[in-house]
Amino acid sequence: MVLSAALFIVGVVGVMIRRNIIIIFMSIELILNAVNINLVAYSSQQQNVVGQVFAVFVIAVAAAEAAVGLGIILAFYRNKETVNIDEMNLMRW
Amino acid sequence: MAESIAFYTIAAFILGFAVLVVTTRDTVHSVLFLVVDFLFVAALYVLLGAQFLAAIQILVYAGGIVVLYLFVVMLVNLKRPPEEYRDPRRRSVLGFGLSAAVLAELGLIAFWSRLNPAPPLAASAAAALPVTGNTEQVGWLLYTSYLIPFEIASMLLLVAMIGAIVLAKREL
Repeated sequence: MVLSAALFIVGVVGVMIRRNIIIIFMSIELILNAVNINLVAYSSQQQNVVGQVFAVFVIAVAAAEAAVGLGIILAFYRNKETVNIDEMNLMRW
Repeated sequence: MAESIAFYTIAAFILGFAVLVVTTRDTVHSVLFLVVDFLFVAALYVLLGAQFLAAIQILVYAGGIVVLYLFVVMLVNLKRPPEEYRDPRRRSVLGFGLSAAVLAELGLIAFWSRLNPAPPLAASAAAALPVTGNTEQVGWLLYTSYLIPFEIASMLLLVAMIGAIVLAKREL
């Protein structure tokens, strides 16, 4: 549990302090991994496989998120030539 | 004893590589540290008795997602490091305040649930399964109790695949 929480915190700090959007996406992957570790730890503690099934779903959603997010990054980079999130203000009013 | 030594070693490696992923300047190095981190997480899954999930972790994360990241890092050349430009209008204080509020709420929930512990779970679903072995158990649950979420997940993956192709295509 403590390991999962610590990994989660590292991911959140990564999202907050870095300005490179690719590293922010990697931090999100770290957060999802922390959630998976928590699910699997409880599943082995309670002798119940349902946690692992949910971890499989989390991995599927993480793969989908990575594909779409990196597609957005590529499309954005082609227009603006940057990966800095502070310059990403297309949708700001 | 040996198990706890292995657990703490793997945990230390996972946390160390996670910190390296977040703090390294070079993005390519960051991705490589991410691969090592995922491999150690897979080792932790094996230690926790989830061999099927460890295999999935290595195949999907270390094999698929990280290659995707490497492709994108190589495609967008980072001649101008993004850390130099700082937006003066960035509202860091507001963000930290909001996240502190969320942290306080989560702490309150944890404290509350410590005071009133939840009732123990009903009879374990795994105990009634007619098969043994980790992969068989996961597969059995996935194709019986969780069939509809499984199908929805496959639909989600299909939509994500089409969406990524549409986004990354130069002109339709």
